[in-house]
Amino acid sequence: MSAHIVSKTTYYLIFATLMVLTLVTVLVSAIDLGALNTVVALAIAGFKAVLVVLFFMHVKYAPRLTKVAVAAGIYWLMILLALTLSDYLTRWRGTYG
Amino acid sequence: MEVFPTHHYLNDGYGIRSWLLTRDHKRIALLYLAAITFFFFIGGSFAVLMRIDLATPAGDLVSDDTYNELFTMHGIVMVFFFLIPAIPAVLGNFLVPLMIGAKDLAFPKLNLLSWYIYILGGLFTLHALVTGGVDTGWTMYAPLSTEFSTTRVIPAALGIFITGFSSILTALNFIVTIHRMRAPGLSWFRLPLFLWSTYATSVITVLGTPVIAVTMLLVGAERVFHFGFFDPKIGGDPVLFQHLFWFYSHPAVYIMVLPAMGVISELVAAFCRKPVFGYSFVAFASLAIAILGFLVWGHHLFVAGQSVYASLIFSMLSFLVAIPSAVKVFNWTATMYKGAISWQTPMLYAIGFIGLFTIGGLTGLFLAAIGMDVHLTDTYFVIAHFHYIMVGGTIMGYLGGLHYWWPKISGRLYPEGLARLAAGIIFVGFNLTFFPQFILGYLGMPRRYHAYPPEFQVLNVLSSAGASILGIGYLLPMAYFAWSLRYGKVAGSNPFGATGLEWTTTSPPPTENFAVTPIVTSGPYEYPSPVEKHVA
Amino acid sequence: MRDDTLHHPALAHHFDNLEQQAEAASLGMWVFLLTEILFFGGAFLVYTVYRHMYHDAFVVASHELDVTLGTINTAVLIGSSLTMALAVHAAQTGSKRLIQLFLIVTIVLGCVFLGIKSVEYAHKFREHHVPGPYFQFDVKYVREAQIFFSLYFVMTGLHALHMIVGIGVMLVMLWHASRDRFSPEYYVPIEVTGLYWHFVDIVWIFLFPLLYLIGRHGVP
Repeated sequence: MSAHIVSKTTYYLIFATLMVLTLVTVLVSAIDLGALNTVVALAIAGFKAVLVVLFFMHVKYAPRLTKVAVAAGIYWLMILLALTLSDYLTRWRGTYG
Repeated sequence: MEVFPTHHYLNDGYGIRSWLLTRDHKRIALLYLAAITFFFFIGGSFAVLMRIDLATPAGDLVSDDTYNELFTMHGIVMVFFFLIPAIPAVLGNFLVPLMIGAKDLAFPKLNLLSWYIYILGGLFTLHALVTGGVDTGWTMYAPLSTEFSTTRVIPAALGIFITGFSSILTALNFIVTIHRMRAPGLSWFRLPLFLWSTYATSVITVLGTPVIAVTMLLVGAERVFHFGFFDPKIGGDPVLFQHLFWFYSHPAVYIMVLPAMGVISELVAAFCRKPVFGYSFVAFASLAIAILGFLVWGHHLFVAGQSVYASLIFSMLSFLVAIPSAVKVFNWTATMYKGAISWQTPMLYAIGFIGLFTIGGLTGLFLAAIGMDVHLTDTYFVIAHFHYIMVGGTIMGYLGGLHYWWPKISGRLYPEGLARLAAGIIFVGFNLTFFPQFILGYLGMPRRYHAYPPEFQVLNVLSSAGASILGIGYLLPMAYFAWSLRYGKVAGSNPFGATGLEWTTTSPPPTENFAVTPIVTSGPYEYPSPVEKHVA
Repeated sequence: MRDDTLHHPALAHHFDNLEQQAEAASLGMWVFLLTEILFFGGAFLVYTVYRHMYHDAFVVASHELDVTLGTINTAVLIGSSLTMALAVHAAQTGSKRLIQLFLIVTIVLGCVFLGIKSVEYAHKFREHHVPGPYFQFDVKYVREAQIFFSLYFVMTGLHALHMIVGIGVMLVMLWHASRDRFSPEYYVPIEVTGLYWHFVDIVWIFLFPLLYLIGRHGVP
C-alpha cells in the first residue's frame, strides 16, 4: 500500500490553516484593492487547493506519476483558459468606418 | 497443418449471458465490434442518401430540412459512434493486455460498463434519429442548437454526453493498464508502437472529452431552462460555444487518427520484417501530436469572429502540429526502404493509409493558412480534407488492423485474394468519391448544400459513383470475415511470423491470455536482418 | 512477510499482488479526477469569459448571494474534508470504529452543506433570480445578470450533484466497513473515495470567492 501515513496532527494543522485562509479571503474581499482583489482571491484559493492536494490527498508523498498527472490536469486547464482568453482579450472593440 | 486450440476465450462459456456479463477484454472487444459495425452502416446509409441527392444539381431527393438532418446524423453517428471508438474499443481492448503480457485490463468490470454506456448513448441518439432527427450539423453551433432548431437536439446531445463517458472510461482503463501492468522486462521503450499511440490517444480522450460533455450540458441547460450562456439577447456569445466545442473536437480528430497510426507502425514493421525506423521518434511523435493537438482548435474559428491575433497564434500552432505527423510518415517510409516487403492485405491498407493520410494532412496545412482558409472554409475542400484523413486514414488503418489481427481474434485466415481485391476496390472507390470534392471546394461549392449550380454536376456525379464503389468495397470484408469463421484456414499462433507478445499465445488466445506470464528480454521489432542480394 | 496478501480475498485475479491493485486503483481515480478538472474547467472558462466581458453586472449580481451562508458552507465542506482524511487515516491504522465514525460525520457535514445550499436556492427562487421568463433584476443589468445566475445555478448545481454522488459512495463504504472489509493491508476504496471528496472540496474552494466575493468592498 502507499505506505506513508500522514499524522493526525498534520491534518488538524492543515485544517486550521484552511479555516484561517477562508476567513482572510472573506475579510480581504471587503477592502478595495482594485484589480488586485481578484488576484488575491485566486491566490488564496489556489494556496488552499495546494494544501488540500498535497496533504489531504497525500500527493506530497505520492509516486512521481501522481504528481505528473496533477500537473498535467492543471496545465491543460490553463491551456483552455489562456488560448480562449487570447481571443476575448484581443477582440477589437471599435467601430468600422 | 495448424491445429485449432481446444480451449480459448470464444468457447469459454456459451450463451448470451456469458457474453453480456463477460469481464474478458477480448469478448468485450467483439461486443464493440458488433456495435460499431452497426453504427457504421447507419452512418453510411445517410451518406448514401446524400450522395444520391447530390448526383443532380437540384435538391430533389429530400427537402432542405431533411437534407440538413442527413448530414447532421451522418456526422454525429460516424464521429461519435464509429470513428472515435473503433480502433481503441475494438483493437485496443483486444490487444492492450495481450501486448503487455497481462491477463486483462486494470478494471475489467469498468470495461464492460463502458460498453453498456456506449450502447445507452447510442440508443439515445437512435431515438433522436427516429423521432425526427437533428438538423444543426454535427457541430451543433449556437444559437441554432440552443434556441432556434425545432429538432431533437436534446436526445442527440444527451447521447453524445453519455457516450463520452464510455470513451473516458476506456481511456482511463488503458492508461492505468499500460502504466501498472506491463510484464517483467517490458520497459516503455520496448513497447510496440501501437501501445504508444493508444496511450497518447487515451491521454487526449481523458483531457478533452469532459469539455464536450460540459458543453452539451450547457446546450441542454440553455434549451430547457433558458439559461442563456450563448444567447446574444442577454449578452451571451455564440462564439464561446465554438471555443468550447472545438477544444474537444479538434483533439478528437487526433483520437480518431492516432490509433490508426499505431496500427500502421505495426503493419509496416511486420510486413517489411524490419524494426520501425526511428522508434523513439515515432513514439515521441505520438505524444507530440497529443499535446500539440490541444493547442490548435481556433483554426475552426478563423471566420467566426475570433480576434485576428488569436487566429494568428492558432494558425502558427496548426502548422507545428503537422510536423510530428510528417515524422511518422517519413519513418514508415524509411522502414520500408530495404525491407523484405510482403504485399499482403494489411500492407496494402498500410501504404494506402500513408498515401491518403499524406494528402489529407497536407491539405490541412492549406486550411491552416488564414488567407486560404477564408476562401476554402465551409466548402467541399474541407470535406475532402477530413474525409481523406478519416476515411483514407483511419478507416484504412482500422481495416488493415482488423485483417492483420483477425487470425489472432478468430483463429482463422481470411481469403487473401478476395481481401486484396476488396482493398483495391476501397482504394479506387475512395479516391473517386473524395478527390473531385477537393476540386469542387476549390471552385467554390459550399458544404451542407444539396442544391448547386449545374456546372458542378460532373464532379458530383463522379463523387457519387465513387461512393457506390466504396460501399461495395466495405461490404466485402463483412462477408468474407463471416465466411472465414466457418471455412477459413486455421491460422496458428503466428501466421505472419511477426514479433509481439500477442503472437506468442494461441489463436484464439485462452481467456487468461498466457499460460505463463511472459518475461520480456528484447525490443519490440527484432527481426533477423533481410538477406542482401549480391550481384556477382 | 507480505506474501499472505497473495491470497487476500480482495485481490482480483488479473493483478499480481495487492500493492499493484492499490496502485492501479489510485491511478485510476486520479485519471478520473483529471477528467473532472476539465469538466468543471469548461464551466470555469465560461465564467471567466463573461466576468471579463460584464464585470459590473457580475459585481451587482454577486451581491445578491448570501456571503454568510457561503462562508459557513465553505467551513462545513473543509471540515468534511478533514473528517474524510481522518477516515482514511483510521483505515490505514485498522480502526473500524473510527472509520465508521468519521465517514458518518463526513456524510452529515455533506448533508448540512446541501441543506444550506437548498436554503440559498429557495431564496433565489423567491427573489426571481432564476434565469428565464420570470427573471427580475435592476433594469440596467437585467440581461447580463442572467448569465451570472445561469452560471451560479449550473456550477453550484453540478457541484451539488457531485456531492450527492460522493455521499452515496461513502454510504457504500460505510456498509463495507461494517462488514470488516478494510484493514491496514487493504483500504484503497476508502482512499480513493477520499480523493474524490477532496476534489469536490477544491472545486468549492474556487467557486466560493468567484461567485460570492466579487467586488465586495463598499457593500455594508
